[in-house]
Amino acid sequence: MTSYIYPKFGYRRSQEQAEGIVKRHPIVVVGAGPIGLTAALDCAARGQPVVVLDDNDTVSIGSRAVCYAKRPLEIWDRLGCAAPMVERGVSWNVGKVFFRDQMSYQFDLLPEADHQWPAMINLQQYHLEEMLVARCRANPLIELRWKHRLLSLKQAADHATLAVETPDGIFPMEAQWVIACDGANSDVRKMVGAEFTGQFFQDRFLIADVAMKADFPTERWFWFDPPFHPGQSVLLHRQAGNIWRIDFQLGWDANPEEEKRPERVIPRIRAMLGEDTEFALEWVSIYQFACRRIDNFRQGRVLFAGDAAHQVSPFGARGANTGVQDIDNLAWKLAMVLRGDASEALLDSYHEERAYAADDNILNSTRATDFITPKTKPSRYFRDAVLELARHHGFARPLVNSGRLSTPTPYVTSALNTPDHDAMMVGMRPGTNAADAPIAVDGKPGWFLHCLGDGFTVVAFGKVSDKTEIAVGPFAAKLLLVGRDIEDPTGVLAQRYGASPGTTYLFRPDQYVAARWSGFDEAKITEAVLRASGHDTADRTELAA
Amino acid sequence: MMLYLSPNIADPDDFYAELINSQRDLDEEQALRMNARLILLLANHIGDRKVLTEAIGCARGGGG
Repeated sequence: MTSYIYPKFGYRRSQEQAEGIVKRHPIVVVGAGPIGLTAALDCAARGQPVVVLDDNDTVSIGSRAVCYAKRPLEIWDRLGCAAPMVERGVSWNVGKVFFRDQMSYQFDLLPEADHQWPAMINLQQYHLEEMLVARCRANPLIELRWKHRLLSLKQAADHATLAVETPDGIFPMEAQWVIACDGANSDVRKMVGAEFTGQFFQDRFLIADVAMKADFPTERWFWFDPPFHPGQSVLLHRQAGNIWRIDFQLGWDANPEEEKRPERVIPRIRAMLGEDTEFALEWVSIYQFACRRIDNFRQGRVLFAGDAAHQVSPFGARGANTGVQDIDNLAWKLAMVLRGDASEALLDSYHEERAYAADDNILNSTRATDFITPKTKPSRYFRDAVLELARHHGFARPLVNSGRLSTPTPYVTSALNTPDHDAMMVGMRPGTNAADAPIAVDGKPGWFLHCLGDGFTVVAFGKVSDKTEIAVGPFAAKLLLVGRDIEDPTGVLAQRYGASPGTTYLFRPDQYVAARWSGFDEAKITEAVLRASGHDTADRTELAA
Repeated sequence: MMLYLSPNIADPDDFYAELINSQRDLDEEQALRMNARLILLLANHIGDRKVLTEAIGCARGGGG
């Protein structure tokens, strides 16, 4: 039943190491996990050459991150790789919550209609990374350097110097910007001396990938205090290709080395699945988690993303999902700075917006952890009371928290937003990610998000202008008119955006709403584009003149 | 709405007796579990977040 053969990507000596010349790269990404690979794809999609360093030469060992939500799928679709992920992954909607020997309740995450991508897919991290690597290899702007270990990093005013060790020895590299995606134990974070603080949880979890041909449905099953694992919680989740993910809460006193041994793990799984289920253990790991974040996502020339910047408990699938959104936020800003279309100040908004999202994720994941692992006897009574009441009464079900599944955090307080001038406007507030909708172009069905451009895009409802773009200082925003460039045959687009004739939205390059108006006004659009690209008021007046 | 702190229960002695009697045959653990269920049922019935916050604060402060 064991299925997966780990690819070996192979080390190659770089030309700069062979020739002994120090080369300055615009962007160096450290870490080729899902976040580092996404960073490479997004920077390359925005025209920037990228070098990725990884100390290994294969994909993640074990399934690790398992659930990928709609927003990351939309981002990966922008980067041309969502379709194979969804094809390979499994989609699920039904979740069941059990308390002791009975089902407490079940829920159906019925996805909202009229979206291209499902609410959530499950896919082992190694499959996902392999797809991202394939996509990176096909891109001439991306160079993946395996078996390249970063030894040290020194910052100068306009670049960083990296000492890198390969099988051929140590050599120096320079980078205008470094994106650190080297995980929760980030060496880069230690090298720059950043603070990484928060809350540690006194609990341990055993996670196992199990291959089995069982007729469990494709659902998320979560047990509180089950007879086969008393006093603790258990999660069962299906992945691609008959692989199941099982998480056992072990408690703080468990001995990690002891618990990892197959002779300890197999009886636990057998007790859960029953004597007759045939299974094979593929991978086991023990983890202890923390909710922490870095003090600043930007440390000089180094930008932190993913677990290197923030760590959350796994309940709610908020690790990889939020890391991908870090990159979505960062890549366009970095590309604008490198092109000279924006000042470095724009990168400070990366910290502002993504630290805000990280804090939201940490809040949600801390709350789930407090429910799953009550810290005191009275809080356990409340937790159990919720689960008992949920079996009979609808009111208690929203209180059950086995992890709130990841959704994007709107940047409601961001300085890049232009505040609404009209308090009566409905639809998408500035700072929210654009909702998708079915549309048509030249009579052919398509999706709204595909119409948004690589740069800023203005979408107006009605034939309000003859132009196809709006010049803004050194660059231009694409202008799309609903009724001229795209059609809204179902009316879903207008409904989701609360649009009437004249309604105008400004989208950022990461598909977030920067501003909106009830009428079309070029001067206001210009001002909002400049604000959303980090230009201060004096700057905006000069550029708009 | 504010947390109502004037008498509001029609037959106070009867209510109090009912509350105490409902736990007479329970051990301490069972009674504490029942209290947790009761708090959640009443909290949902009240619903108003401001009132709940006020009640939590009032109870936490020793009822004063």
